[in-house]
Amino acid sequence: MLYSEKVMDHFTNPRNVGEIEDAQGVGVVGNAKCGDIMKIYLEIDENDIITDCKFKTFGCGAAIATSSMATELIKGKSVKEALALTNSAVVEALDGLPPVKVHCSVLAEEAVRSAIADYYKRVGRPIDFELPEEHDEEEVVEED
Amino acid sequence: MTKFVYADNAATTPVSREVIDAMSVCFESAWGNPSSQHGKGYEAKALIDDARARIARAFRCNANELYFTASGTEADNWAIKGAAMRMKKKGRTHIVTSKIEHHAVLHTCEALEKQGFTVTYVGVDEYGIVDLDELRDAVTENTALVAIMFANNEIGTIEPIEQIAEIAHAKGALFFTDAVQAVGAVDIDLSQLKVDMLSLSGHKLHAPKGIGMLYIRKGVVIDNLIDGGGQEKRKRGGTENVPYIVGLAKAIEIAQSRIPELDEVRRKRDRLISELTKIPYSKLNGHPTCRLPGNVNVGFEFIEGESILMWLDMAGVCASTGSACSSASLDPSHVLLATGVPHEKAHGSIRLSITHETTDEDIDYILEVLPPIVERLRNMSPLWEEIVNKNRQ
Repeated sequence: MLYSEKVMDHFTNPRNVGEIEDAQGVGVVGNAKCGDIMKIYLEIDENDIITDCKFKTFGCGAAIATSSMATELIKGKSVKEALALTNSAVVEALDGLPPVKVHCSVLAEEAVRSAIADYYKRVGRPIDFELPEEHDEEEVVEED
Repeated sequence: MTKFVYADNAATTPVSREVIDAMSVCFESAWGNPSSQHGKGYEAKALIDDARARIARAFRCNANELYFTASGTEADNWAIKGAAMRMKKKGRTHIVTSKIEHHAVLHTCEALEKQGFTVTYVGVDEYGIVDLDELRDAVTENTALVAIMFANNEIGTIEPIEQIAEIAHAKGALFFTDAVQAVGAVDIDLSQLKVDMLSLSGHKLHAPKGIGMLYIRKGVVIDNLIDGGGQEKRKRGGTENVPYIVGLAKAIEIAQSRIPELDEVRRKRDRLISELTKIPYSKLNGHPTCRLPGNVNVGFEFIEGESILMWLDMAGVCASTGSACSSASLDPSHVLLATGVPHEKAHGSIRLSITHETTDEDIDYILEVLPPIVERLRNMSPLWEEIVNKNRQ
């Protein structure tokens, strides 16, 4: 797969890899059967600012690069701003992705939302945004 | 300068110097049309006749049993569609193949299904060997053709061709084998092999892309795929690709003559396999011994193949993967799935395919760069994190 320089940079030198112990929010999306799993950890202060953000990803080059870029884009932002992150913003920030790899950016967006939902749950806030549907293992769509 | 190790010879091979030298006369002087009735034409015709005779000698068959095509895929299409159409006239409308064939065979069979043929896809065991009992049950008096590959391109498993041929012939069916990966890796002796048709491709043998061949045993008649002029005894139209035919003959002669040297390739293959499978949570895909001399296919759990390939590429090592992520579909290799490898493990498999040209230093280098790549990717995998945490408890 031929990737942009930005993708290659975030693949070879991924930002924010790791775990956060006692994270305020953790989100996991994807499944091993489809070949992509993203796990995002958020550290959030009393002002709802994401002060730190880490990820672990099982997946292809695009999955790793989109995870890295997504964490970069939400670090230092408010939870509200992070919820406004779209997959196309991740794609744009990476100078584009091959069409068959766009689903990786969708997964990155979903991982962020799923981590924020976990945070809301922990602090007893109602989840007032749309959550990614569970990825059914049988729903493997061919993208020819 | 970064070292460069080409370990993707099952995908394609570089054209050898001997082949380039053999072909150059066809570009520089013998550029005539072999069908022309003049000196320039006779000159080109003589080169094709000579190439065909030399290939026949290498494979111990008759020169008039060999037909040149533009690719291995064309040869596969011709063998299967040509045999199906011919046998249909005898009332046989059933085809038997395996679940691990190359897409050139699988998709051709699927195309015939749309035209009313029925196809049985026989399964394989955990090593990729065709289930002979299932095959025996599948072949009937209605079977036109059994199409099963000589050796698998992904996991390198060599099939029991003789037994498969017997099963096909016992019911009066034709037997075709796609030998694209086998030529040069197994001694092909057509005076002994009981195959009715066999296909091969030049670019897997250090000849250029764009040349293939179909062997059709004397007495076996199949319909044409490409109609046209009277080339190839009116069986395959199109002005002959004289340079590539000459190149193919040279490549086959060299490949067949180097069969005795394959033990060296096997030794290097086995060194790669034994070292790579020492990595925890890794497994060899395919058969340990019934295996192409240059094929290594190892699955690494908790990581994904494309990521491995990207790091290998940056280290100067060319390999390939059975992961979905390298292709347009989200499904991993149909071959690995057929051998019972689960989806999540199939995603982490890579294939290294080596040849006579691969040196011990190349193997050392692969073994130096690959294990740290696996470790680095595992360290960022949430699945690996789970395993580490579990082992800690």
